[in-house]
Formats: sequence, structure tokens, C-alpha cells
Amino acid sequence: MAALLETRGLTAQYGQFKALFGVDLQVAPGECVAIIGANGAGKTTLMRSITGVLRNAPEMILHNGIPIGALSADQVMQRGIAMVPEGRRLFPSLSVEENLLIGGQVRRGDGRWTLEAVYTLFPVLRERRRSPGTALSGGQQQMVAIGRALMSNPGLLLCDEISLGLAPVVIRDIYAALPAIRETGAAVVIVEQDISRALSVADRIYCMMEGRVTLTGRAADMTRDAIHAAYFGNAA
Amino acid sequence: MIWLDTIVQGILLGGLYALFAAGLSLVFGIMRLVNLAHGDLIIFAAFAILLIVGSTGLNPFLAALLAAPVMFAVGWALQAFVLNRVLGRDILPPLLVTFGLSVALQNGLLEAFSADSQRIRAGALESASIDLGPVTVGVMPLLTFASAVGAIFLLNRLFYTTALGRAFRATSDDAVTASLMGINPRSVFAIATGLAMVIVTLAALYLGMRSNFDPSIGPARLIYAFEAVIIGGLGSLWGTLLGGAIIGVAQTIGAQINPEWQILAGHIAFLVVLLIRPRGLFPRAVD
Amino acid sequence: MAHLVTTRTRASTVAAVIALGLVALGLILPAFASRSLIQDLFFILTMLTLAQLWNLIAGFGGMVSVGQQAFVGIGAYAMFAGVILWGWDPVPAILLGGLAALLLAIPMAFFAFRLQGAYFAIGTWVIAEVTRLLVAQWKTLGGGTGTSLPREATSDIIGVAAIADLFGLRDAAARDVMAYWLALLLAVGTMAAIHALLRSRTGLALAAVRDNDNAAQSVGVDARRVKWLVFLAAALMTGLVGALIYVQTARISPDAAFSVTNWTAYVIFIAVIGGIGRLEGPVLGVLVFWALQTAFADYGAIYLLALGLLAIVTMLFAPRGLWGLIADRTGLALFPVQRRLILKGPSDG
Repeated sequence: MAALLETRGLTAQYGQFKALFGVDLQVAPGECVAIIGANGAGKTTLMRSITGVLRNAPEMILHNGIPIGALSADQVMQRGIAMVPEGRRLFPSLSVEENLLIGGQVRRGDGRWTLEAVYTLFPVLRERRRSPGTALSGGQQQMVAIGRALMSNPGLLLCDEISLGLAPVVIRDIYAALPAIRETGAAVVIVEQDISRALSVADRIYCMMEGRVTLTGRAADMTRDAIHAAYFGNAA
Repeated sequence: MIWLDTIVQGILLGGLYALFAAGLSLVFGIMRLVNLAHGDLIIFAAFAILLIVGSTGLNPFLAALLAAPVMFAVGWALQAFVLNRVLGRDILPPLLVTFGLSVALQNGLLEAFSADSQRIRAGALESASIDLGPVTVGVMPLLTFASAVGAIFLLNRLFYTTALGRAFRATSDDAVTASLMGINPRSVFAIATGLAMVIVTLAALYLGMRSNFDPSIGPARLIYAFEAVIIGGLGSLWGTLLGGAIIGVAQTIGAQINPEWQILAGHIAFLVVLLIRPRGLFPRAVD
Repeated sequence: MAHLVTTRTRASTVAAVIALGLVALGLILPAFASRSLIQDLFFILTMLTLAQLWNLIAGFGGMVSVGQQAFVGIGAYAMFAGVILWGWDPVPAILLGGLAALLLAIPMAFFAFRLQGAYFAIGTWVIAEVTRLLVAQWKTLGGGTGTSLPREATSDIIGVAAIADLFGLRDAAARDVMAYWLALLLAVGTMAAIHALLRSRTGLALAAVRDNDNAAQSVGVDARRVKWLVFLAAALMTGLVGALIYVQTARISPDAAFSVTNWTAYVIFIAVIGGIGRLEGPVLGVLVFWALQTAFADYGAIYLLALGLLAIVTMLFAPRGLWGLIADRTGLALFPVQRRLILKGPSDG
């Protein structure tokens, strides 16, 4: 099957500082892929590169086989790649509902995600729809951020550190929405520091360390030792 | 009674200043850019209306309606081709570019239209007045004020009830995240500046019908506009209207005491507000 | 391994020697230069000084003032007041100009520093306007129409007679020489002072404040103090230059002395075209500006239109100005203020 998203030898740098050294990544349609790794492994840089916040050589990133590395963030998004950014980044001047609506400002086709569908997925948001987005609890803000990304009916949803800073019970609620999201046929890429969480939801895993992919494979085939080595380096 | 009259005239004059200021406030609110050529663009628009009236014999209001899309295009192009290239963390480049534009516009207009005073003729409307019991007010000042209220009302509607307004606010909050929503911040900025130029056209219409103008008076209009914005508080359009009214009242009171003090009194009112409320009367934008 | 932090380069050593030579040449120039050359140099030196001072506060300090004409104007008017009201000699009265500008800078900074970023620029402009309008109310100095220095005052300025004897010049030409020397003194003094300031701890603090006010504060730089210091010092010097220019002009009006075009727009263009944030920039900029002025000033509005467009084009395509282009190509730094770390082996340390 042709990859929905593919990176080929992706490199990235901030000024003099090189953050990615030739990352190869493939995501098939409808697949759920988790990217794990410690802080500073390059996960967020990878997300920023794919979404066009950081620009790259065009051929390094392909979407349905078409080079998109040189596109700007809004052009990438219009191709159906939506992002739940790290730290949620809701718009403080917008209400919850407006935050959702702005995510749907660019919609692809008549997908299933509407305001109503998001409220059904996260009922608490319906009650808080008139509040400023940033007045909500962290977990509710995360729901808004996910709903906002879904509103464009993306073919690929990128979630950067969605459980960061949230209580375990809240994280469980948020991950409970994942099956409903995958049901629509969207591929999902999850960036996660929590290894067991990643293993439980993903079809495949990429483990990153210091800007490189150190381990990849089916989540079901992963052994704890292999992950440990890929995650922390061969400290032993 | 003379004082009541002075204050009413001042408030109505404030409507003109609010029109000068609304475009400046809009652009600053969305992209934190201060356009030092704003006053000169008002004068530019006034000459554009004058030219249309002169060549077609149209009523000035219709001429302004024709000038508005042209000015939108001018603003859009200015932002898309020039200002977007210098927007960034450093405030120096956009300030210097717009300052250069201010000098270039003033002198371009001087070359094209000479230093002679001009006026957009509005016929009987110029001298018409309405008797409101204790005070008599000119129809033109009243119309100016009503237009300012209308423009600010519509701008607020646009800001808070439309998709474009949502995009304006989102981009103002966080341009990078807005781009992740499929919004192109540069195109939002260009639309905002275009829109500001439509308001500038409206301001120019009343400026040109109410008083004489020449290519050199732009910077003073920029200063009034700026004072109204700061008094009102950054990001609050109704505050800007109040700021304009405060400058207007201060000017008419100053002029009542001594005609030479009119302009000075407006500036001093601004400095007093800055002294006691450095963030303006209705601060909203945080930056 | 021993190390040395230095700002010196080989080019800078050569430049220092050449600069000293130029200053010496400048001092003795009136002995053989024509009167018109002296007048041109007076113009160049005063504009250079104003541009260096603006560059100091805006380019190095991040305080983009569009109100420097306030200090030129108040300096000039204070000098006139000294001469006309109190019978001072015009040359010592220049010091009054500096003092008046310093005094004006205190309320100006007080108000303008309340305004963030870009609004600071218009804030300074407003205060310059207020000052102009107030000065226009000063009837004994001619109100809105202005006045001239009385003939008695300009005819026996201290030292002019001596200069006239020394070079065998008429009084008017000797006055030009006097003004030229003072302009040379101010220009050299200003550049030396800015150079010294930028290499001092305060200079480092200023760079930190420009780049990020809050971050500078968090590493212990008192941002407010540094900004005040630099703003007031620049105002004082600008006032001296303004007073000197009007000793030479001998005729003043509020519109001319507080002209935003003459004392701020030109000055900004000089710095932008030459290169902001470099000491070399205004030097190059003023020469370009003088050449343009000499060649095209007769074209009036068209000339200013072109100058405005040139500034825009420079900001778009060479934001660090002509000197930036030269420095990028050659790595040249004549008056370096950037610190470089030099590692030395123990043997030669």
C-alpha cells in the first residue's frame, strides 16, 4: 500500500543546531503510529517539519507521494494534515466553540466531523462552549485542541504530547476518544513519552533518540528490553 | 450655554478623530504594526476622492464608494508586497519602512497636486445645521460622528461574529498556531490592512469635506489617531471612539480659551491620560 | 590555555590611525580649504553627529525615536534665549542648548517609556510637537514666525577675531571656521564617546536591553537605568548640535527648528542607508546623503520622494545598509564593538 505520509532522510536544524539527522518515517492510510522518545529526541521538531512550521527541502516529505516539504503550514493543513500542537495552544481571544469553528474553517469534503460530532465525542465541551478556550481545565483544553484539529476532517491527525501535564484519569478519558477518531478512517500519529500508553494504542512504533530513529516495528512485536535500549541508548 | 455647545462640538469632532484612528487600531491589534504613513494615506485617499469628484462630477459620497475598493487594493498590496517582508520580532524595520513611505507619499502628493489647499465640495451639506434645543449642530459633524459610530459598530460585528473576524483574532493571538488551522497569516494581514484603508477612505471623505487639506497635514492626523488609540486602550474600538471624543473636546475647549491653544490642548489631554492611565481607559490587548 | 577577549582587529588598528590622521587634517583644513568646502563639511559633520546619536538610541538601544527634532529645536531656542534675553556670547550659549535638551529629555523619557515598542516612536513625536507648539507661544523669541540673532551678538563671537587674524579671513568666513571646528569637536567627541560606551559594561547592557528587555532584567541588567542614561545623553548631545547649527544659521523659527523632515527624517535615512547598529553606517550614510543632496536637492519634492523610496528599498533588500553589504563581503569592521575571544597557547600567553 502506498504511504499516506513518508519522510525520506529528513533533516532539520535551528540555526547552527542540528535537530534531525535523516529520519525515515512511513504512515499508511488509517494506521495509528506512535513516536516515542525522551525530551530532546527530536519528536516535536519532526512534527514541526511535517506540518510546515519548519520548512524543508521539498523531497524530504511526501504526502500521497507528492513532495510537500517546502509548503507553508497553512498549505500543508489544506492537504488534510491536521495538528494538535504541543501545549494545546488554544486561542485565548476565542471561545471554545470559536476555537472549534476555526479548526473547521478549511474543511475537506463532507466528512463526519462537525461541531455536533465533536460535542458528542466530548460532551463537557458543549456545556463550556461559550467560555474562553483558556478558561478550561488542562484536560478540557486538550479536548478542544483535538476537536479543533478534527473539525477539518483530516486524513492524517498529528497529536504532539497530548498527555503532557495531565492527570492519569484525564489522559484515559482523552485516549478513550481515539477509537472514534480512527473509525472515520483517519490515520493518527501520536507523539508520546509514556511508552506503555503508546504500545497499547499504536499499530506501529518509532523510537527516537538524539534526532535519529533508533527502533521501529509493530507495537505487538516490541520487547521491553529493545525499547529500553532504543529509548535511553545502550547504557548497559 | 457656550460651554455645552463647545463640548458637543468637541465630541462630534472626536468622531472624525475616531475615524482616523480606527484603521490604525485595527492593524495594530492584529499584527502589532504601527504604520507611520497612516496619516499620509488618509491625505492620499482624500486626493483620490477629490480626483474622482473632479473628473466625473460625482457626489463625494459616491466618489468615496469608488475610491474605497481602490484603497483596499492599495492597502492589500502594501501589506503583501512590502510590510509582510519586514514584519518580525524586531520593530525597527516596519517602523522605518512606513516612515520612508510617509515621506515618499507626502512628497509624491506635493509633486502631483502642489502645496495648494484643496477641499472636497459637498454643496448645501457643508453649511446645513440642525437645531437641537440648547445647541445647534452642523449636519456634517453629525454625519461624521454617526459614520464613526457605524464604522466601529460594523468593525466590531466583523471581529466578533464572522469567520474573517475569528481568523483576525486567532492570528493576533498566535500566528503559528493559526497557520496550523489552514490560515495564511500573511494573507490575513493583507486583508486587515486593506480593510484599514477602506476606513481611511471614509475618514478622508469627511476630512476633505469639512476642512481644507494639503499634502503636508498627514503626520498631524497620524498623531491625533495615535492619541485616540492610546487614550482608549489598545485593542478597544469603542475606547478609540471615546479617545477621539476626549481629544476633540480638549481641542474645542482649548480653542474657546485661546484659538492658538486648540492643538496644544488636545496633546495635553493625551499626556494627562498617559500620566494617570498608562494603558489607556479600556485596555484589552496584552502584548 | 590563556585567552583574551578583545574588540580589536587589524583593520580597526589601521582605521584608528587613519581616523586620527583625518581629525588632524580636519583641524588644519581651514588654513587652505575654500569657504564653501568648510560650509559643506559643517553640514556633513552636524548631520553625522545627529545620525550617530539617533543610531545610538535606536540602532544600539532599540528606542526608535521620531522626536529628535525636539532636542535640536529646544537646544537652538535655548541658545537664542541666552543670546537675546541674557546677552550671552553665542558660543558659550550652545551649552545652554545642551542643558535645555537634557531637561526636556527627562519628561519626554518619562512619558515615552510608558509606551511599548512601536508606540514609543509616535510618543516621542507627540512630545516634540507639544514642545514646538509651546515654543511658538514664546513671544519674546518671535512666537510662530521666529527671530534672528542680533547683529551685535554675531559680530564679536569669542575667538572669531583671532581666527580671522590667523587665516587672514573676513569675519563671516571666520565664523564659519569657528562653527566648523566646533562641529568637528562634537562629531569626534560623540563618536569616541559612543565607541567607548559600546565597549563598556553599559554597552553590553544596552545590547541586552535592545534584544530583550525582560531577559536583560533577569540577568541583572537594570534596563530602565541603561535606557534613561543613553536617552538623556543622546538628548544632551543633540541639543548641543542643534544650538551649534543655529549659531551658524543665525535665524530661527519653530517650524524650521522643530522640523521632523530636517532633523529626524534625514537623520534616519542617513542611518538606514549607511547601516543601522554600526558606527561605520552613519559615516558612509552621511556621505551618500550629502552627495544626493548636492546633486538633487534642487528637485525638491521629487528628491524627497526618491529618498523615502530609497530608505524603503534599503530596508527591504539590505536591512543592514550599505555598510552591512560591505561588511558581509569583506568582514571589515573599522570601529568594532563586537567582542571576540582569542585563545592563546601558554607559550605566547
